[in-house]
Amino acid sequence: MDAILAEDLVRRFKAVEAVKGVSFAVAEGEVFGFLGPNGAGKTTTINMLCTLLRPTSGSARVNGFDVATQTSDVRRSIGLVFQDTTLDDYLSAEQNLRFHAQAYAVPREVFEPRMEGLLKLLDLWDRRKETTRNYSGGMKRRLEIARGLLHHPKVLFLDEPSIGLDPQTRRHIWEHLQDLRQREKLTIFLTTHYMDEAEYCDRIAIMDHGSIVALDTPENLKSGVGGDVVTLKAEDNAALVRELKEAHGVDARLENGEVSFTIAGGKAWLPKFVREASQSLTSLGLRGPTLDDVFLKITGRAIREQGADQFEGIRRMRRRR
Amino acid sequence: MTNVVAREAPVGGVGAPVAARKAGPADEFFRGVTVVAYREILRLVHDKSRIVSSLAMPLMFFVMFGAGFGRAIGGMAPGVNFIQFLFPGIIAQTVFMTSIFSGMSVVWDREFGFLRELLVAPISRAGIVIGKVIGGAILALFQAAIVLVLAPFLKVKLDLQILATAIPLLVLFSFSLSSLGILMASRMRSQQGFQMMMQLLIMPMIFLSGAFFPLNNVPAWLSIVSKLNPLTYGVDAIRHAFLDHAGMAAGPTPFSVILFGHPMTMMQDVAIVAVMGAVLLAAATWSFSRQE
Repeated sequence: MDAILAEDLVRRFKAVEAVKGVSFAVAEGEVFGFLGPNGAGKTTTINMLCTLLRPTSGSARVNGFDVATQTSDVRRSIGLVFQDTTLDDYLSAEQNLRFHAQAYAVPREVFEPRMEGLLKLLDLWDRRKETTRNYSGGMKRRLEIARGLLHHPKVLFLDEPSIGLDPQTRRHIWEHLQDLRQREKLTIFLTTHYMDEAEYCDRIAIMDHGSIVALDTPENLKSGVGGDVVTLKAEDNAALVRELKEAHGVDARLENGEVSFTIAGGKAWLPKFVREASQSLTSLGLRGPTLDDVFLKITGRAIREQGADQFEGIRRMRRRR
Repeated sequence: MTNVVAREAPVGGVGAPVAARKAGPADEFFRGVTVVAYREILRLVHDKSRIVSSLAMPLMFFVMFGAGFGRAIGGMAPGVNFIQFLFPGIIAQTVFMTSIFSGMSVVWDREFGFLRELLVAPISRAGIVIGKVIGGAILALFQAAIVLVLAPFLKVKLDLQILATAIPLLVLFSFSLSSLGILMASRMRSQQGFQMMMQLLIMPMIFLSGAFFPLNNVPAWLSIVSKLNPLTYGVDAIRHAFLDHAGMAAGPTPFSVILFGHPMTMMQDVAIVAVMGAVLLAAATWSFSRQE
């Protein structure tokens, strides 16, 4: 049985069609990611899968339960970590967890060892009596993960799990998630617009304007880009572009004073090119393809991480009042 | 080797996954009621400033109105001075405010995200509403009790019979007003909207309810407005509970609201509030359940 099975899911908000008929299946134990810019429809999709939004049309099953008709069964069998924190600031970490246990009917004899185990694993045990108001962003996220797993869900949903966290904290959170995934045989479904986070996934669906535009493993997606990415600078960049076209048949782009293109077997190709080049080169770079390149190739646009982060900062400031 | 086994062991993994256990709709309703009501109480315990402010507000009213009007007005009716008239009004006002605030705290929960934790839990929406309402009533009674403690110092008569009449009334009014709060909050997205509601609707309703001055001697337009105000009947009923003398337990007092030439008895007031409360509670449950 698939952990998640979505068939032609559509969600419309008045005139806007936020999700335009997405279909996919997530196997048990898989880490499956939705990658795309803000506004692509990722959160809307996750909300439909979690029974927070009713699909306008189409259907989805989570752990075999229909998200439109068997909402309670779906809810009991999933854990959720939202984009924005949903902790009660007035309560301590332990009280937040206790509240969750009551809401999900976790018996006391299950709850106590489970809470201790999760809090110790996520390095929060020593601070469980503190109100979450004093927690850092990374601690809050860890506590929400602990809370999401408290009732032994089979699927964990993470909506932008590391938004607003610094790269080091992000990596730390993922170490925990990998560990938990192994111990609990969890299926993880996440949305993200961070490329490095998408790399943790077994498979990725790239979403843009409410549709899935590509779905595969990160490796396959990247190999679809067609080779390695080379960036060059020369004293005369325009002449370099001409030479690449005429002598090697390569369509290079000139952007921000840099010539870049994709070429198969770049590692062997580049030294040869450098020996033979008639232009005098001032800088060269070679890297494997990233998911950013994949997104760029498919949609013709880059995922703007910068813009999203600024927006996030403002929202966080507002919420802190 | 043992290390490897330990690493892969589930965390605190006793008991079957909760997902495997079945629960009926009744379960989900009652669980919703208990967890939400319990949280309201937890928050009261944690929020010490609320206890202080709940004592400060009524005290301020007594000092200001009592000292300001008391001497000027003198006796309100045979055997009733201004403070004795004011006291039930202040109790009613305290319960109204606490209940409305409690219902509208949904707006805070939404803005700070916690509402989503509630909305996605396997508990029914109706259970959440009833839990809020019950939690609101507990808070309101707690606040009312603080004001009641002042009674002996203000020479307000308080005995078991009065308490036994007043407490059920206060619970009923609290239910209605919490429902009103939830109804307003379930469609509200920001605290700004809440502030506006407070100033444009709630404060006028409280001032025109007869809590602070009798309504039998006011201009005609004010009299009409106050009779359209549901709070008026709540205040009137509580005043009945405090001022009615033993022999005329359900009869009119000199301050009774007069509707179509008929002075309202306590039970008639209660009937109006009960109907209003039932309608508001149904509307609040409907409105809250429909949101996504």
